[in-house]
Amino acid sequence: MTKTAERRPVRATAAHPVQAPPPAGVPGRRRLAEQARAYAFLLGGLVCFALFSWYPAIRAVVIAFQKYTPGQTPEWVGTANFTRVLHDPEFGAAWRNTLTFTLLALLIGFAVPFALALVLNELRHARAFFRVVVYLPVMIPPVVSALLWKWFYDPGAGLANEALRALHLPTSNWTNGADTALVSLVLVATWATMGGTVLIYLAALQSIPGELYEAAELDGANLLQRIRHVTVPQTRFVILMLMLLQIIATMQVFTEPFVITGGGPENATVTVLYLIYKYAFLYNDFGGACALSVMLLVLLGLFSAGYLRLTRSGSGEEDA
Amino acid sequence: MSGTRTLVSPAALARPRGKAVYWTVFATVVLLFTLAFLFPVYWMVTGATKSPDEVARTPPTLVPENWHLSAYTDAWDLMQLPQHLWNTVVQAAGAWACQLVFCTAAAYALSRLRPVFGKVILGSVLATLMVPAQALVVPKYLTVADLPLIHTSLLNDPLAIWLPAVANAFNLYLLKRFFDRIPRDVLEAAEIDGAGKLRILTSIVLPMSRPVLGVVSIFALVAVWQDFLWPLMVFSDTDKQPISVALVQLSQNIQLTVLIAAMVIASIPMVALFLVFQRHIIAGISAGSTKG
Repeated sequence: MTKTAERRPVRATAAHPVQAPPPAGVPGRRRLAEQARAYAFLLGGLVCFALFSWYPAIRAVVIAFQKYTPGQTPEWVGTANFTRVLHDPEFGAAWRNTLTFTLLALLIGFAVPFALALVLNELRHARAFFRVVVYLPVMIPPVVSALLWKWFYDPGAGLANEALRALHLPTSNWTNGADTALVSLVLVATWATMGGTVLIYLAALQSIPGELYEAAELDGANLLQRIRHVTVPQTRFVILMLMLLQIIATMQVFTEPFVITGGGPENATVTVLYLIYKYAFLYNDFGGACALSVMLLVLLGLFSAGYLRLTRSGSGEEDA
Repeated sequence: MSGTRTLVSPAALARPRGKAVYWTVFATVVLLFTLAFLFPVYWMVTGATKSPDEVARTPPTLVPENWHLSAYTDAWDLMQLPQHLWNTVVQAAGAWACQLVFCTAAAYALSRLRPVFGKVILGSVLATLMVPAQALVVPKYLTVADLPLIHTSLLNDPLAIWLPAVANAFNLYLLKRFFDRIPRDVLEAAEIDGAGKLRILTSIVLPMSRPVLGVVSIFALVAVWQDFLWPLMVFSDTDKQPISVALVQLSQNIQLTVLIAAMVIASIPMVALFLVFQRHIIAGISAGSTKG
């Protein structure tokens, strides 16, 4: 922040008095002009937030209690949308799949990147190479990585089964088997998003003071004990924060099931967001879609509130 | 990197056994990373150059027997890639420009111009961080399809990407936080020199904010390029669709090698952007995380 602005001198004329603090005597017109200017700067942003963020949030709740057809006057239907959605056989499947997906993504998506970051932090060579390579899949458009893995999972000439055959292992049905489809999608999502997590863990690991490890070693702590008693407590805040962020992100999973499995086989990969999409664009049932959205919103809102509380308190909690 | 102490002590690494373990781990990680992250990309790029017979063969060939570039040219022509790439560029560039103009102006107003209800507005903006974007796509879609008051539809119009992109609380907050840290006397000096608020924003605040503007710009471009669900809803007209939506729509009835070639082409812009700005992007992710 020591950089000074390249400040072009603006010619001051006698007609321009010093205007920094508004003179106490003339509050009226001057203050109004100032406020008008402030709101002129705010206007574009405010309109966009109002239209595409605040209004839709309110509208989701309103339409959840309406029978809504575009172009017609909406009709109040009480909780009919909720009961209809709740009795949809896909409802249970969608929630079960979404929660399982989130849990699996959390287990794999935490353990693998954390272990990788731990190892990478010890390596003294080719650091830039590792960081670029691990982040590369994140920059590949999600649609492309989904299509790519759909091809890998192909039961015929797919790379996944070819690799298993080359290792003389039994082949798998991958996304074509009802019991393996969801796990297969978690693998895709983890592969595609892991890079960011690894980089953040790495940054957290690098901020651990070396003296702590030295002290632990003098106390006779072995490698695993040092991880348990130094590394994990020192990075606890980042771990928690990333876990919450990941929960919020994976609860909204859509691209992978839509592109790779289309929700199948036998609804094994239908997710809540996918079901919302189906209600709106296949059944033209916007009321049902909004009822589902509200349920998802409430759950995600709880996690987000947790996340915000953590980040707020986090800055003061560094030595905890 | 300046030899800071990590989990394993330098003394342990200096011993012969430590060295052996280190290089074994190093080689394993290189191999693992190559297999897990580079090989799929290699498989995609070379898969597109195989003949349709070869790509379906088991066991597969590691290196293509003949390098055909016809799949790439076919993808370019048959799948109308120039059109879809151009659509994506227009959508991403417009979203970026709108964010730069409206988000910086709003962030500047909230940071420096002390509007009445400024706190309320900032609170309402931050509250949208708690409302995950994807969960609101349906009511957002209905709003875009029939804008309140003016009753216009933005469907199949790039504005449907540009304007919602402005409602990005994360970027707005990032900018405001950065503007807050600009020393007050620099701005007051300019004001005494008679510079107007717009002039102060464009010739003092923005040049001082280059690092944060870079981060916001990259986030804005990447977000539009990678998005799928929102453009899928908004662009039903095939000619207007960005590359991500077009790829999925066309993937059903097109030859595998041509589809793979199209996937490679769709990835090139973002991967190129990453390779050019890798240092800034990686530093941005690492720094942004620890500071919340």
